[in-house]
Amino acid sequence: MDFRLNEEQQMLQDTVARLVRGEYSFEKRLEYSESELGFSADFWKQLGELGLTAVPFAEELGGFGGSGVEVQSVMTELGRGLCIEPYLQSVVLGGGLISQAGNSEQQEQWLGGIASGEIRAAVGLQEPQSFYNLNDVETRAEKSGEGYTLNGRKAVVIGGHCADVMVVSARTSGDSRDAQGISLFLVPADTEGLERRTYPTVDGSKGCDLFLNNLQLGSDALLGEEGKAAEIIEYQTGRAISALCGEAVGAMEVACDLTLEYLKQRKQFGVPIGKFQVLQHRMVDMMSELEQARSMAILAASVADEPQSDERRRILAAAKNVVGRSGQFISEQGIQSHGGIGMTWEYNFAHYAKRLVMINHQFGDDDFHLEQYAELLQ
Amino acid sequence: MNLNYTAEELAFRDEVRAFLDEKLPADIAAKVKGFRRLSKEDHQRWQKILNEQGWYATHWPEEYGGVNWSPVQKHIWDEESSRYGAPRSVPFGVNMVAPVIIKFGTEEQKQRYLPRILTGEDWWCQGYSEPGAGSDLASLKTRAVRDGDHYIVNGQKTWTTLGQHANMIFCLVRTNTEVKAQEGISFLLIDMDTPGITVRPIITLDGEHEVNEVFFEDVKVPVENLVGEEDKGWTYAKYLLTYERTGLAGIGISKAALQHLKELATRRIKNGRPLIEDASFSQRIARVEIDLMAAGISNLRIIASVEGGGMPGAESSMLKVRGTEIRQTINDLARRAIGPYAIPFVEEEMDLDYNGDFLSDENAAPVTPQYFNNRKLSIFGGSNEIQKNIVSKMILGL
Repeated sequence: MDFRLNEEQQMLQDTVARLVRGEYSFEKRLEYSESELGFSADFWKQLGELGLTAVPFAEELGGFGGSGVEVQSVMTELGRGLCIEPYLQSVVLGGGLISQAGNSEQQEQWLGGIASGEIRAAVGLQEPQSFYNLNDVETRAEKSGEGYTLNGRKAVVIGGHCADVMVVSARTSGDSRDAQGISLFLVPADTEGLERRTYPTVDGSKGCDLFLNNLQLGSDALLGEEGKAAEIIEYQTGRAISALCGEAVGAMEVACDLTLEYLKQRKQFGVPIGKFQVLQHRMVDMMSELEQARSMAILAASVADEPQSDERRRILAAAKNVVGRSGQFISEQGIQSHGGIGMTWEYNFAHYAKRLVMINHQFGDDDFHLEQYAELLQ
Repeated sequence: MNLNYTAEELAFRDEVRAFLDEKLPADIAAKVKGFRRLSKEDHQRWQKILNEQGWYATHWPEEYGGVNWSPVQKHIWDEESSRYGAPRSVPFGVNMVAPVIIKFGTEEQKQRYLPRILTGEDWWCQGYSEPGAGSDLASLKTRAVRDGDHYIVNGQKTWTTLGQHANMIFCLVRTNTEVKAQEGISFLLIDMDTPGITVRPIITLDGEHEVNEVFFEDVKVPVENLVGEEDKGWTYAKYLLTYERTGLAGIGISKAALQHLKELATRRIKNGRPLIEDASFSQRIARVEIDLMAAGISNLRIIASVEGGGMPGAESSMLKVRGTEIRQTINDLARRAIGPYAIPFVEEEMDLDYNGDFLSDENAAPVTPQYFNNRKLSIFGGSNEIQKNIVSKMILGL
């Protein structure tokens, strides 16, 4: 057993860490967040130039076939920097779906650009009624002529406001929550009939809801086999969950560091507040949550790129459940430990807290994953 | 990053399994799995089997008769022996006083005591806590005054686990009242048959006799029974406590208890269906199983770091808190699983050879007593609050 990163993985993580340290001061992040793009085009470009957007892709695409551990190494550092670039959506999930489901023309058309960062993808799998059940798809794709006509709405597509291409799920057959009959489509951003309602997110990034109004797509837009996308969606969402666990651990590390630092320097009643046992024990509880989350992130990474199995499902559900709970605990207790200053926009802790709580709302919260896990109890 | 056992470790696991398959007495395993009480004879029978195999002293160097397993091997042993329902060794001799004697004792002490621990001739108990010295252990008052070749010991120890079976006790005693509390403590080995020692049972809330009070009245202890130097006992005591804490997370035991809970919840019926299919109950089980999974990986991370040459430090304190909370939660769920039959206190059904009708489930009777008994987990070995103080000081620097 060895829980350490190997030399290559460590170098990868150090590269991202250096880049984030150099480019991502808290003040700059606020600027990036408030810009029209909603993140730093320059930082995104550097991620591409350093080969970081290519990490999970095959060598012929400029990547090195990185698996769950490598992806987490990148995501952890992006989490530490609270970075808002759409790495998870474009590289991990969008790229993952096209890699697994796409035919050779589709892969050729999109993956090179996604791996280099020149093309950004976003993914629309949720719908207003679907909650976190990705088989609950009411968007319809009807055969029309050579291609399809899509009608429906996809909810909370992070990074969708600026994506070049969207991967969306739509129902080609079956009833609204059937696993059978779900298909994936590639929708270029300039497709007629695609409307986006764009909004900022609570945690400083940007997203949109997609409205598909008689959207006409050619048959070449179908990604994978018609009606057979549910398994692919589940598998790739699992990879994204592992990556997100890495991001969460990075953000939790900084949130804990900031709180500990504050306990040591803030004085009340003539002493640093870290001298008070009630705050010491709370801090220990936060650290303990972080360590459990770290353990589960490691476990998630170890199965992220393994073939699908109930064991993989269980581990990923467990990991997301733990990370969701830990993230919220550290956010709430960290704000409480800081007192008033933890409530302010101008202090970075509050932004870590917001990101950590919002992570719980991506790909299913801790309640959802507890339910999933309970169904797989042996 | 590699979360798998090596081929050698897997082979070792097979060897452990084969041994347990062949040698673990079925009646003892049934008692352990069903939370039933073990007799002195049960413990001694299992110890004899382990010692014949050469696997009793897992923490000792080979020259003293230990097996010198690697941290991973010890972990495999813990997991497998818990899964099979093997009793955990009573730790006071083999895992507590022995490491102190090996590290700080004289050659005579090693020659005299270590073999007797292996064979079971000596049953040790621990004389640390006193009525006025619990978490604040260093405030202990039991006095040892030098008188020629002897110390004269006066005072009282308490919470002495299985002291009723013991013939030896290791004690922290005060040899100097002029200095700071921690600096006037010595570590003495005392024969329980010495005149002036009285053992009185303490019956705990579950009706069990597990712990005792031990009174010392002008007890003469030969000076050669002092371990290390006079007044340096606190150092040895702390050394012992790190040994005590590492095993306290009880991950393997929790896994076995969780399995027991699931079996119980499969047999119990709610709304005409097995309780384990009830949405809210299955989610309670799921939640604790997930927490146990996380604690298990955290435990492996500590083991891997020790295997790589690191020292188990305050991380084991954090894990002690987690692990004991998880075990208590599992006990809580088992109690909930038997519903109203948590209420009857049917001691006769706790004996393995009971052959009457069971009031409810055959494994129900020990469940509630076990729940109450295991409230001790967050109190002993340094209460969970003390563990948090340790982490706060040693890791966080607060």
